[in-house]
This record gives sequence, C-alpha cells and structure tokens, in this order.
Amino acid sequence: MERAIILAASAIGAGLAMIAGIGPGIGQGFAAGKGAEAVGRQPEAQSDIVRTMLLGAAVAESTGIYGLVIALLLLFANPLINLL
Amino acid sequence: MNGPKILFNIPIFGGLPINETMVVSWLVMAVIILLAYLGTRKLERIPGKAQLVTEGYVSVVYSMVEQSMGKDKLGFAPYIGTLFAFSLFSSLSSLFGLRPPTADLNTTLGWALITFFLVQANGIRQKGLKGYLKGFMDPLPMLLPLNLISEISNPISLSFRHFGNIAGGMVITMLLYNFLAWLSSVVLGFIPFIDAIPLLQVGIPAVLSIYFDLFTSVLQAFIFCMLTMVFVAMAMD
Repeated sequence: MERAIILAASAIGAGLAMIAGIGPGIGQGFAAGKGAEAVGRQPEAQSDIVRTMLLGAAVAESTGIYGLVIALLLLFANPLINLL
Repeated sequence: MNGPKILFNIPIFGGLPINETMVVSWLVMAVIILLAYLGTRKLERIPGKAQLVTEGYVSVVYSMVEQSMGKDKLGFAPYIGTLFAFSLFSSLSSLFGLRPPTADLNTTLGWALITFFLVQANGIRQKGLKGYLKGFMDPLPMLLPLNLISEISNPISLSFRHFGNIAGGMVITMLLYNFLAWLSSVVLGFIPFIDAIPLLQVGIPAVLSIYFDLFTSVLQAFIFCMLTMVFVAMAMD
C-alpha cells in the first residue's frame, strides 16, 4: 500500500516537475524573437546574431533541464522508494 | 529506460565494471584518431579531399576561438577542437544504434570538471593567487557566499545541460517506439503473420531522429565548447 502511494506520488511529481518547461519556452521564444528582429535590422551580422542567440537560448534552457533531471530521477532512479 | 549495461569486469581492485558508455567512448576515440590520421597522412601543397576537410575544420575552430576568446588565447584551440569533435561524435553515435556516451552524466560531468579546473587554474595564473581570491569578494566582501555558489553551479549546469538534452531525447524516442508498437498492434493486429511485427515503427521515428540525434547533437557540442571558451576567457580577463 505504502509502495503504491509512493509510486503514484512519484509519477504525479514527475509530471509536475515538467511544468518547469514553461520558463525555457518563454525565454527561448523571447531570444528567438529578438534574434529575428536583430537580423531584420542588420542582415549582414546574421552569423554573429545567430551564434549569440543560440548561446542565450541554451543558457535559458538550463532551468528546464533541471526540471527534466528531477522528472527522470523520479521515474527511473526513484530515491524515495528506498526510504520505506 | 535503463542505465548503461555493464559489459564485463576487470578483475583488479575487486572488480572494475566496464559499461556500455566507456566502450562506446573508446570506439568514438578510435574513430576520431583514425580520421585525424587519415586526414593528415599525406600533407601536400595542393590538398586532397581528406586534407581539405581537416584543414577546414581546424581553421573553423581557430577562427571560433579567436572570435570568442581573443587572439592571445589561441593556445586553447586544440583542446576546444578535440572537445567539440569528441562531444559531436559521441552524441552522433546514437545514429548507429549505440548508446551515446553523452547520455551518461559521468561523461559530461567529467568534461565540465575539466572546464571548471581550467577556469580556476587560468584565473590563478593570470591574476596571481591574491587577485584570484580577491575576485570572489568582487563588489562587496559580504557577497562571498553568492560568488562561491555561482562558481560551483557552473560545472553542474554545464554537465546537466548536455546530459539532459541527450538523455531527454533518448526517453522521448523510446516513448515514441513503445507508442508505435502499441498502435501497430491495434491497427494491424488482425492480420495474421504481420501482427507480430511492429510495422509502424518503420520510418516515422526518423523524423524525430533528425531533431534529437542530428540537430541537438551539433547544437549541444557547439554550446558546450562555446560556454567553455566564454568561462575561461572571462576568468582570464
């Protein structure tokens, strides 16, 4: 019974952890939008802008990756089940 | 999804387990060494195809390092080029059905720790021990704990970013395969002989594979090298 409750709560928790995906979505969309704006204004600097944009998008992504790691932990290497 | 399989044990120190990650990364190293050997075997004034590709790669790496670190730090270019090639080939090994070494946190954490020690060592070398320690109390002495935390979080976020992208792609691809197996058993299950073969698994995952295997691999290798260069250059200036 306790095991079942922990498993169910872990599955729900993994789903909840992936709500963290909202933040990077907003951040990367913002970076891409500004990048498109910058390319429109200065098409000759496109390669520099794209490089900076990808770097910024990757940094914005890290919070989402933390959420993903928590979800993966809960699904595949659950530490809570050993506490019983 | 399972962790990397342990393939065999080396019987020293009470058994050193050798797993899939390590064997695949040895393979990747062998491929890179072979390519480097083939590309530089017969260097000529008018380059052949292999030499042209190798020269192109080297000059791209050097111009990237020069742009983001400055002309005085070109000595880092060989390390950055090696790191990029290793990361790229490791992630791309999933195209051949191998388990990519970068889907294991140990690999990426190792690279991130190399970056971390490069940053600290070059900071000390450039500023001297006193100036380096002073840098932690940069605007105000009471910000010392925050500076320490931000320094320690660098390798963690670096390694988890690369690992999370590749491992997340692996999980999503695996979920898609399971879903397609279920779908084909529902849709094609009534036909005898064919119902045992998940026919819908043919072709459809290739679309996802273009994003997760090709695009993500190249992008993550690029970003890891870029961030390494930026961190090291920031510590030295």
